[in-house]
Amino acid sequence: MKSLAGKEPIPGTTIFEGRMAMKGYELNKMCFSFNKAENREAFMANEDAYCARYGLTEAQRTAVKSRDVLALLSLGGNIYYLAKLTGMFGLNMQDIGAQQAGISLEEFKARLLAAGETKNG
Amino acid sequence: MARLIGGVGSSHVPAIGNALEQGLQSDPYWKPFFDGYKPVWNWMEDKKPDVAILVYNDHGLNFFLDTMPTFAIGAASEYQNADEGWGLKPLDPFQGDPEFSWHLIDSLVHDEFDITMCQEMLVDHGFTVPMSLMWPNQKARDQVKVIPLCVNVVQYPFPTARRCLKLGEAIGKAVASFDKDLDVVILGTGGLSHQLDGERAGHTNRAFDTEFLEKLKSEPEWLLKYSNYELAEIVGPQGVEMIMWLIMRGALGNDIQELSRNYHIPISNTAAGVILFENDAI
Repeated sequence: MKSLAGKEPIPGTTIFEGRMAMKGYELNKMCFSFNKAENREAFMANEDAYCARYGLTEAQRTAVKSRDVLALLSLGGNIYYLAKLTGMFGLNMQDIGAQQAGISLEEFKARLLAAGETKNG
Repeated sequence: MARLIGGVGSSHVPAIGNALEQGLQSDPYWKPFFDGYKPVWNWMEDKKPDVAILVYNDHGLNFFLDTMPTFAIGAASEYQNADEGWGLKPLDPFQGDPEFSWHLIDSLVHDEFDITMCQEMLVDHGFTVPMSLMWPNQKARDQVKVIPLCVNVVQYPFPTARRCLKLGEAIGKAVASFDKDLDVVILGTGGLSHQLDGERAGHTNRAFDTEFLEKLKSEPEWLLKYSNYELAEIVGPQGVEMIMWLIMRGALGNDIQELSRNYHIPISNTAAGVILFENDAI
């Protein structure tokens, strides 16, 4: 997109723009379906069949299988939709925050608490 | 005529909904956050607004990425909350004011804002959490009619901060021209700094948030010097939600006073803020 042309990438950050939205469309569409309990049950009953129904790529299916959020993001997943997927496995936003930052949940929480103790300036 | 009596800026993360559900207001983790809402609760109790215009973003409940309106306004007599996939218990439905919604839409479109009109609209935690925060008591909450205003801050490009401030100004005009004896509040929600995705997940920025809160009353244009891309770098991709506070701020005009403010890190993965303005022009 022209508004992003020439911008330096933001370290550790992906902007969810048109290109990523196209790349992850099927993956996010599958995750959108998890708003309904019966779809969550169908996924849990047969993960491969459910992913196939939505036409996920091989790479996306592998990343879904390993609940690898960074890989899912790089394959076009949007974090709000991925949260519906990881939520099924009991992983909340802090769990997946820690997973992406590559640290333990305790360390992730401690890091946030430490940010709370910073002062201005 | 309808009167815009004040506005509130507030966070809207789902963890707050969980804390409310479990009654954790006095828990040491939550107390510094919830204490910041006491002035808002007292003010709402005192003023008893008839209608709340609630600016928020949907997170994949009502809108999927197939169709992403930049600005969408509800025009329904009732708004249902629903399962978002990960466990927050759906809240009771919220009562709308379709006549006021259509007036708002009509006025905004004639002011050159291209609004998506929604006669059916599910509202997610971005909407329900601020409602529960403003009116923790179900009975009080039921007495406020709502107009949801959903902003795209999910799929880039988002509306610019300038566009948000101008939309707010047009909303202020629209409210003042509604021929009904109503007290109205506007809530700008989301933010403040936070990052949910990527290796930098957990990023917050106290210095920037503090300056934003400091300037919001007298110099809201301060935020306009940053593009949404620059904001994503400074406050995190989800921190950009703070542009929705500018819609609230723009609606209020310049004859306002700040009644209270609170800022606290962390609430879940975010820096949480709340600010209350009263409109002195009324």
